[in-house]
Amino acid sequence: MRELQPIPVGPRGDTVHEDVTDRLARIAAGESAPTETHPEIESESIVLEMRDFCLSYGTKQALFGINMKVARGKVTAIIGPSGCGKSTLLRSINRINDLLPTVRIRGDMLLDGMSIYAPGVDVIELRKRIGMVFQKPNPFPMSIYENVVYPLRIDGETNRGMLDEVCERSLRRAALWEEVKDRLRENALGLSGGQQQRLCIARAIAADPEMLLMDEPCSALDPIATTKIENLMEELKGQYSILIVTHNLQQAARTSDYTAFMYLGRLIEYGPTANIFSNPHLVETQEYVTGRFG
Amino acid sequence: MIWLTGGALLIAVLMITGLLAFVFFRGITTMWPGPVVKLTMDDGATLMGEITRTEVQRYAAVAAARPRTEKAALLRRASTAHGASPRRRLLRIGNYELTGEHFRWVDDYQVAAEDRPAWAVVVERTAWGRFYGVPRAFIVEGQRVTETPEETWALFGNYHPEVTARRTKRRRLETKDIGRLNAELEAARLAVRAAELRMGSGSGVHAERLRDYATAVQRISNEFARVRAEVAALNAENAKFKMILETADKREVTLALADIVRAYPANQLGFTGKLALYASRWREFLMDEPREANSEGGVFPAIFGTVVMTLIMSLVVAPFGVMAALYLREYAKAGAMVSAVRIAINNLAGVPSIVFGVFGLGFFCYLIGGSVDKMFFAERLPNPTYGKGGLLWAAFTLALLTLPVIIVATEEALAAVPNSLREGSYACGASKWQTIRRIVLPHAMPGIMTGLILAMARGAGEVAPLMLVGVVKLAPELPVDGIFPFLHPERSFMHLGFHIYDLGFQSQNSEAAKPMVYTTTLLLIGIIFMLNFLAIRLRARLRRKFVSVAL
Repeated sequence: MRELQPIPVGPRGDTVHEDVTDRLARIAAGESAPTETHPEIESESIVLEMRDFCLSYGTKQALFGINMKVARGKVTAIIGPSGCGKSTLLRSINRINDLLPTVRIRGDMLLDGMSIYAPGVDVIELRKRIGMVFQKPNPFPMSIYENVVYPLRIDGETNRGMLDEVCERSLRRAALWEEVKDRLRENALGLSGGQQQRLCIARAIAADPEMLLMDEPCSALDPIATTKIENLMEELKGQYSILIVTHNLQQAARTSDYTAFMYLGRLIEYGPTANIFSNPHLVETQEYVTGRFG
Repeated sequence: MIWLTGGALLIAVLMITGLLAFVFFRGITTMWPGPVVKLTMDDGATLMGEITRTEVQRYAAVAAARPRTEKAALLRRASTAHGASPRRRLLRIGNYELTGEHFRWVDDYQVAAEDRPAWAVVVERTAWGRFYGVPRAFIVEGQRVTETPEETWALFGNYHPEVTARRTKRRRLETKDIGRLNAELEAARLAVRAAELRMGSGSGVHAERLRDYATAVQRISNEFARVRAEVAALNAENAKFKMILETADKREVTLALADIVRAYPANQLGFTGKLALYASRWREFLMDEPREANSEGGVFPAIFGTVVMTLIMSLVVAPFGVMAALYLREYAKAGAMVSAVRIAINNLAGVPSIVFGVFGLGFFCYLIGGSVDKMFFAERLPNPTYGKGGLLWAAFTLALLTLPVIIVATEEALAAVPNSLREGSYACGASKWQTIRRIVLPHAMPGIMTGLILAMARGAGEVAPLMLVGVVKLAPELPVDGIFPFLHPERSFMHLGFHIYDLGFQSQNSEAAKPMVYTTTLLLIGIIFMLNFLAIRLRARLRRKFVSVAL
């Protein structure tokens, strides 16, 4: 254990700045992870709360004591360099990581105050409350219609009118209705990449979830499709709490209300997007958001 | 290196195309009618028949091997007279009841004269093989009504179709009606035996069954008499018509029209005539039952047996293999156990097929079949019902044999399903089984179909294990017929692969059967090709559904 360094002076000579590595060292030395949340977030209604959440793949720990509160009805972006655990964190929220055999976790997450990881939690019910959109569009090899109503189909819903209604509503919300309404019976794989991704969003919101997790939803799309998705997020955010992982800092700055910066499996800095981008506390955040590393 | 690898490929391709071309050529030419030649020999004997093979004898080799034999001396003389390599031909002389042989080798130097008689007629008969002769007279009710070949032939053309129709009708009466009556009689007898086994001898039910049996015997014997009378009437009608033919050595032979399957004046046939004959022979080959120890007639029962067995096998092996692969790939936790199972499955694919046959005989036929007999068919014992080789057990044995193919192919297909689709489904709140059923399986279907195609190709061509578990030389009853319960999976059946073996190596008249070997082989290849083609079409349709669009 190295000697703790005195708190260094930040880029603007601000004394509250401190070095990330120093902070990590403090965590490693046994100091508890920072739990303070930005007052602005505290004042919001909280949809999801992570409590000292740790995760490891086999012997390799990927997440270290994450404490984070996610505001309801807002867009929260998670940024950070590759391999920092953003996607792992996101995939832990709907427990998709459970599918990997070697994953072990510690700590807990609370969705609306209810534990996600407590024994006896119905994972299937949980996933219905938390929609997810993946990095690469993954429409199922079936018709557009069947793709959208898939969450209802697996519930055994057969009422035609109900399915039709959900299909149209979801596609409208995903801003895809006008483009596909005349070819709902066609194979979804015939859509363009951007349309496919919006279809996946429509599918994710068909079951009317509380949260929407988006794992770099635009990284495989061209700029026009990206713009459409971003506009869509803007429209959806009042209804759903959106948590988005992105590599695109401009996107995070444009679309999110709050931004979390992760580094080496730790939540380093978290606050209103404007603060993170224009007035970060930490040197590392500063350097990352200005593109000097990552 | 490129020459070495390319050469290897070239040799492989040449071998495959060579094999196919050889089988194809020999297979399609078998049915084509050839001319009839009449040979007058040096010693005055005459022979008439079709030339089936020509050989050039190695004079030097024969002479060197046996320098002092008569044959060598003959050949030496012949070679000075006719040139260095004397030719000999295999003549199909037929007329087995007169000559005692179907074929005879004829050396060219012994032939004094050769011609093609215009009225030489080839007669294909229901028994005794072919007959070669010149029609002399037509007999109706014992009276010779014609004297010349032309008139005789014309009358034959008039009467033969109706005689054939009557013969077919008689055959149907004999197999279908009498078969049904026998089945009814057997059912009545079994009812008695069952009552005796269950209620005890002398019980009320037993006595009642015995009375039923007596009335059934009465009724059935009446019916038997009726059918027999009908058959006798048909036979009597057919017996009126006969044809006298004269062989090459001037002997007159009377042939009943009812015994003649097909006759044609070989040397008068034009191209269309030959084509019609060719088509008629193919039709008989594909649609009829075998005659004459399988060397003549058709192979329909064998085609039927092969196809039905392959389909049942597919129906059994596909769900089993897919489920096993699903467990291995989707449910089982990776570890030493799963690896061991996987290695075992792969090794199973390398086990000699006859081993599966032995296992099938011991396990399916004797153990399971025997138990089934004891439980459900006790009244038939000691005659086995399921406790012997049969269609069902053969299909099960082959299913076992092809199981590794399906499992390996399905596992690969499952592994190729993108994880993103699985995650997408889970993220929608689908359970594991819902994900497998709605997303994984449909996506893996083309790959599974590939496995099934391979399994079908392997299963349809397999013979060795089948010989132990239910394939027979001649199965008079198809596994599907009009007698309740219509499908009889316990019955023995015929199989094209075994049929080929039987024709080639077990036939008394092997020269006549040899060309049929090629035709049957061609047919087997054709059927496997057809089955595969259908499966490939199905796979292509499935594939089109799952083409993913590149981003």
